[in-house]
Amino acid sequence: MGKDFSIKKVLVIGSGPIVIGQAAEFDYAGVQACRALKEESIEVVLVNSNPATIMTDENIADKVYIEPLTLESLTSIIKKERPNGIIASLGGQTGLNLACELDKAGVLAEYNVRLLGTNIESIKKAEDREMFKNLMNEINEPIPDSEIVSNYEDAKKFAEKIGFPIIIRPAFTLGGSGGGIATNETEYEEIVHSGLQQSPINQVLVEKSIAGFKEVEYEVMRDSNDTCIIICNMENIDPIGIHTGDSFVVAPSQTLTNNEYQMLRTSAIKIIRALKIEGGCNVQYALDTKTNQYYVIEVNPRVSRSSALASKATGYPIAKVTTKIAVGYELSEIKNAITGKTVAAFEPALDYVVVKIPKWPFDKFATGDRMLGTKMKATGEVMAIGRTFKNSFKKAVASLEDKHTGILHYKFENLSNEDLLRDLHIQDDRRIFRVSEALKRNFDVQKIREITKIDPWFINQIKDIVNLEIELEQKPLDEELFKKAKDFGYLNSEISAISKVSEEELEKYNYPAAFRIVDTCAGEFHASTPYFYSTYGEACELEEFKTEHNSEGSAGKENILVLGSGPIRIGQGIEFDYCSVHAARSILENGYESVMVNSNPETLSTDFDIASRLYFEPMNVENVMNIVKKEKPYGVMVQFGGQTAINLAPKLAKHGVKILGTSLESIDAVEDRKVFEKLLSDLEIPQPKGKGVKTMAEALSATKELGYPVLVRPSYVIGGRGMQVVYNDDELLTYINEALKFSGEHPVLIDQYIEGLEVELDAISDGKDVLIPGICEHIERAGVHSGDSMSIYPSRNITKNQEKKLVEYAKKIAKKVNIIGLMNIQFIIKDDTVYVIEVNPRASRTVPIMSKVTGIPMTKIAINAILGKSIKSQGYGTGLYRTSKLVCVKMPVFSFQKLNRIDPALAPEMKSTGEVLGVDYSYKKALLKAFIAGGYKFDQRKQRVLVSLNDHYKKPALKIVKKLYSQGFFIMATWGTHKFLEKNGVPSKMIEKFMVDKLQKRMKEGRLSFVLNTPTLGKNSQTSGFQIRTIAEMYGIPCFTSIDTARAYLSAVKTYDKGTRLSSDTITNYRKKKFLGLF
Amino acid sequence: MQGTLILEDGTVLSGESFGAEGTSIGEIVFNTSMVGYQEILTDPSYANQIIVMTYPEIGNYGINDDDFESENPRCRGFIVKNSCKNDSHYKSRQNISTYLKNHNIIALEGIDTRFLTKKIREKGVMNCLITTEYVDNNNLSEKMAALNSYEPNRDIVLEVSSKEVREINQAGEINLALIDYGCKTGIIDSLIRRGCKITVFPANTDSETILRGNFDCVFLSNGPGDPAECAEEIKTLENLIGKIPIFGICLGYQLLSIVLGAKTYKLKYGHRGANHPVINLHTKRVMMTSQNHGYAVDAGSLTKIMDVTYKNLNDDTLEGFKSESLKIEAVQFHPEANPGPVDAAVIFDDWVQKMHEYKKAPIRKAEEMAGL
Repeated sequence: MGKDFSIKKVLVIGSGPIVIGQAAEFDYAGVQACRALKEESIEVVLVNSNPATIMTDENIADKVYIEPLTLESLTSIIKKERPNGIIASLGGQTGLNLACELDKAGVLAEYNVRLLGTNIESIKKAEDREMFKNLMNEINEPIPDSEIVSNYEDAKKFAEKIGFPIIIRPAFTLGGSGGGIATNETEYEEIVHSGLQQSPINQVLVEKSIAGFKEVEYEVMRDSNDTCIIICNMENIDPIGIHTGDSFVVAPSQTLTNNEYQMLRTSAIKIIRALKIEGGCNVQYALDTKTNQYYVIEVNPRVSRSSALASKATGYPIAKVTTKIAVGYELSEIKNAITGKTVAAFEPALDYVVVKIPKWPFDKFATGDRMLGTKMKATGEVMAIGRTFKNSFKKAVASLEDKHTGILHYKFENLSNEDLLRDLHIQDDRRIFRVSEALKRNFDVQKIREITKIDPWFINQIKDIVNLEIELEQKPLDEELFKKAKDFGYLNSEISAISKVSEEELEKYNYPAAFRIVDTCAGEFHASTPYFYSTYGEACELEEFKTEHNSEGSAGKENILVLGSGPIRIGQGIEFDYCSVHAARSILENGYESVMVNSNPETLSTDFDIASRLYFEPMNVENVMNIVKKEKPYGVMVQFGGQTAINLAPKLAKHGVKILGTSLESIDAVEDRKVFEKLLSDLEIPQPKGKGVKTMAEALSATKELGYPVLVRPSYVIGGRGMQVVYNDDELLTYINEALKFSGEHPVLIDQYIEGLEVELDAISDGKDVLIPGICEHIERAGVHSGDSMSIYPSRNITKNQEKKLVEYAKKIAKKVNIIGLMNIQFIIKDDTVYVIEVNPRASRTVPIMSKVTGIPMTKIAINAILGKSIKSQGYGTGLYRTSKLVCVKMPVFSFQKLNRIDPALAPEMKSTGEVLGVDYSYKKALLKAFIAGGYKFDQRKQRVLVSLNDHYKKPALKIVKKLYSQGFFIMATWGTHKFLEKNGVPSKMIEKFMVDKLQKRMKEGRLSFVLNTPTLGKNSQTSGFQIRTIAEMYGIPCFTSIDTARAYLSAVKTYDKGTRLSSDTITNYRKKKFLGLF
Repeated sequence: MQGTLILEDGTVLSGESFGAEGTSIGEIVFNTSMVGYQEILTDPSYANQIIVMTYPEIGNYGINDDDFESENPRCRGFIVKNSCKNDSHYKSRQNISTYLKNHNIIALEGIDTRFLTKKIREKGVMNCLITTEYVDNNNLSEKMAALNSYEPNRDIVLEVSSKEVREINQAGEINLALIDYGCKTGIIDSLIRRGCKITVFPANTDSETILRGNFDCVFLSNGPGDPAECAEEIKTLENLIGKIPIFGICLGYQLLSIVLGAKTYKLKYGHRGANHPVINLHTKRVMMTSQNHGYAVDAGSLTKIMDVTYKNLNDDTLEGFKSESLKIEAVQFHPEANPGPVDAAVIFDDWVQKMHEYKKAPIRKAEEMAGL
């Protein structure tokens, strides 16, 4: 059929901020889509509220709108841009829902916008439970029996018909609370009742439980001519019952016979045909382990996290092909970019095994509930490619970047056999590692299977890995054993530690890693994809690849390694992927080849056409060195991959790898407390007094000297892990142990805590000159992690004189430390003194934002500077760049609803998973947009506000509470706060803190506008404040734990109440054009 | 136990044996299917061949009672990266290693199968020798000599074909004669499911015997080897054409094309796998097909009477033709799958429907043969 030439302009909807369940995979998909459209000379209009994404770069789409993803804002963009079509299936659930809303509101019809690809009817059929159920019944595809009930009597009837176990899922409860699996009537009655009570609409779904079945997924693709293909199938190592995003997954399936594989494949195609999906789609199945009975669990009529994984696992670009289908092509008309000869209408054949492991935030949230179930908790994932399952699995574990790289991972050895047996029932993030420990103790495989429902095939594979470790412990190491260990994926560091042979000595076994190409066709056709993974004892394909590419102009070019940032986790998010991708591109522009190393399947950096060559490998020194040995790079860029890459730098340097840009000594000069302290005092730059301590005694004496409050933090960590403001000795004693543990061999830092205005800037330095794109000011006072603060550009509360100092200090530091490339400095301003609190000698979280709002391509300039082009010569000047016309407000976004028992209170430790940006010409509008984009609802009704303040913040909060009252809110206050307000003449209704149930009811009924609660210190989850905060989170009631955020919110409310109309514009226009209309 | 693989071009690879002991020579071919090793092992079209599986983990779900494509494995050897010792499946009856030993198939693991695949891809299929005997510099030349003097059995079709006539599914509505060149069970099952009564004839059955049977149509199965060498089979078909509707798969398709005047040629390394995209030239819809063939019909040699129905999207080779006037229709790929996608099963539906139509109006005279 070919391209539909009537499509000239297309709107692509992004997925918004990174939250658990919706991460970088949609940036990857969106960028592929934009490029695919541009290839067709179609004008691309992109909208996303997430400024950290690559898709919001101005060279990805023709027009980039960084605006809230709401019906209103999209309507205004459509009205302005008049696209012919929109693509909704690439922006995750957010994009899909928005497209449905636009359709429902008649916007698409009014402006004559076609929904490209899968149509609304199909989306509804897949998404609506009842319609989906009916369709599956129509086409005879089995789904688990289920019923929606609103009383126990109906629920009981269902149970009588179906029998136990039954899953109870309350409708619309956030955080999945109130649900569960009942195995008998007593449990059933209890859970159904509690579920009904907790559901805001008093509804629960009761469903036949198929927990324990195998979970298998199929990635399917269909075009308008009804050609259907399977890109990949994937088998979850964890059985049904654990969310697929929280499961260990292997591709392709390992334990399915051909008949089973084809049975599900046929079913998936039948479903995608019945739904008339056009593009990519994901179908999830439950398959019995004793019969060939299967059930369809779910269909996602869009690209998804699984499709990103499938793309990386097979080399098949699902998002790109989905886009081509959306603009009219058939699969047989689309070229297979990998072979260059064949077409997209084929099914990839793998000659390797792919393992995916989720990355959970529990190392950060010690109090968090680690139990895994139907609700996803992982923030990111790692993927590994190996020639065998064992090798791939072992590599994937190493990719997690945990302290221990092995599978006997967590210290379960202290458990008695009885306890271990009991704990095998626990379905949490450490389950596989308990299985490993059980295997080491020779527990019976069948017994483990019975408990965990993990297929014995996987258990036996893990057993082989564990047995090898035992062999390494017991037998003297020889060549054969060493080779076997390498084949199984053991790292030299592990072999050395287990068999007590030094790593240097291991060098004598000449068994180098070889690299293989991911080619979609198992070697059947010639392919020359720059996409590699490592293997042992097999032929290397790299040399052959390089020879072939010499003719394409790569001959004689040196290459530079770019270290990616590994799995997405709190504190190390998509921003670093943004930087890595830009780094790879700028390296190419400088006449070098770029070589990317990363382990994250969700990201754009692991798309095979970003760098000259991509290595999908763990971010571990041995794995990176294997690449170095083959590639012999000119040097390595470590400053773009977040802390992961920085941590690798000294280890690589030790092996003689040249660190490009800021040197190791310079990195140390700012990361090492003592050196840094001296450096600042030499430069006469004020800093909070501080001490590095390694023991509790040292900590106590340090606080005596510094005086409370102090900030306690470990050095060399991501996202302020283990950081806390401490007000007295008791608190110190509670935290210091944890901090010492996090810090390892490095000291724990104890600083004076100065509660002032927090300011940060990013700068690019070439050692001589410094370019500062802009200065950001935080809304929350110091003490809240910068990643969790709202921040404003351009700054509003900094005097010219202070600004001068900020710039001067930045220049001084950059010069003295000899920063070459990017750096980020954080300041506190108090009483007109500018203190430097932190210098990061690398790309920071704000690089993508600052690049976009100032128009300065920061990563590119940094790469140029590192490779020898002076900043002066690059045309952006030096010093502080001119201020943009726009105003932007960055707003952090959290995922607490997905993680139980996490205190949502803002703290020095980072907790947010993503961010949105409000952009406009005025601060007020930008602020309102930021709140809207962050998911805050605004309406004219003024209701109750619960205020509960700790003693420290009672006075500072008084003004805000008065404002609240005057803006028409009804104030409820806890006892102490009530008394304080009474004394100060603000009326409030007193409520008891322990009346949590009552509060919960109010929140449930939506009769509470928001909560203002400044927490008392202590990580005690029993405090009523903690309970109030978590319940508010559960019901989606805004809960402000900093009075500064609350103040900003009130300001936004005021702007909204005035009836301010928001308009939309592209980031380019905002930056350049002074708004001439009325404010 | 160690095992060695020696290729005609002198490449020597060593691995571990996981099958029978001994030495075997055959043509080395690779299959890219990620599942279905049991079906592949027992597909008679692999007679005279040594199979390399490109997917590295083989044997995971053991060997069961249901997935055999013929009674015994017909291949001469089996080469994988990694064979599974602890298979897991509720249907598994035996481990793959046990099965191969019991059926005297030599098998090697620990081989760099991707290296091997690329070698075959670049140099074309060639003969190879696999052995569990100790190979060193002293006896290597001896092995090479054995390999170089190897002559494949030219009567391989007869060897794998049924030795006697048998009838299956007496109750079937269509009375169908199946000429067995090494037929996969999947073809027979597909025909039974659609209501055919099948009389299976040995490959060397003459046309008279078949015509005398008063069948509604003839069905030609898959089978091993070079179609051009099947003189006897071709002769039978020459006498059937125009007298009775004929359908064919794989070797059956190739033989029909020769009979209709086209030529076959040997592909460099064949098509063996479960992901071959085949486009229906009428609907332009693409199917994923299961394939296993080393020869193809030369597109340039087609005669007027042949209408091309399907083409392979990977290399543009012919995948099917029909001749409406002669009531002949055939495909190169395997609509019965086993292993592989069942997308093409609709071809059986279509053909059986045609069989019903033809049954109502059988060919009586040879007037339509004028076009030949």
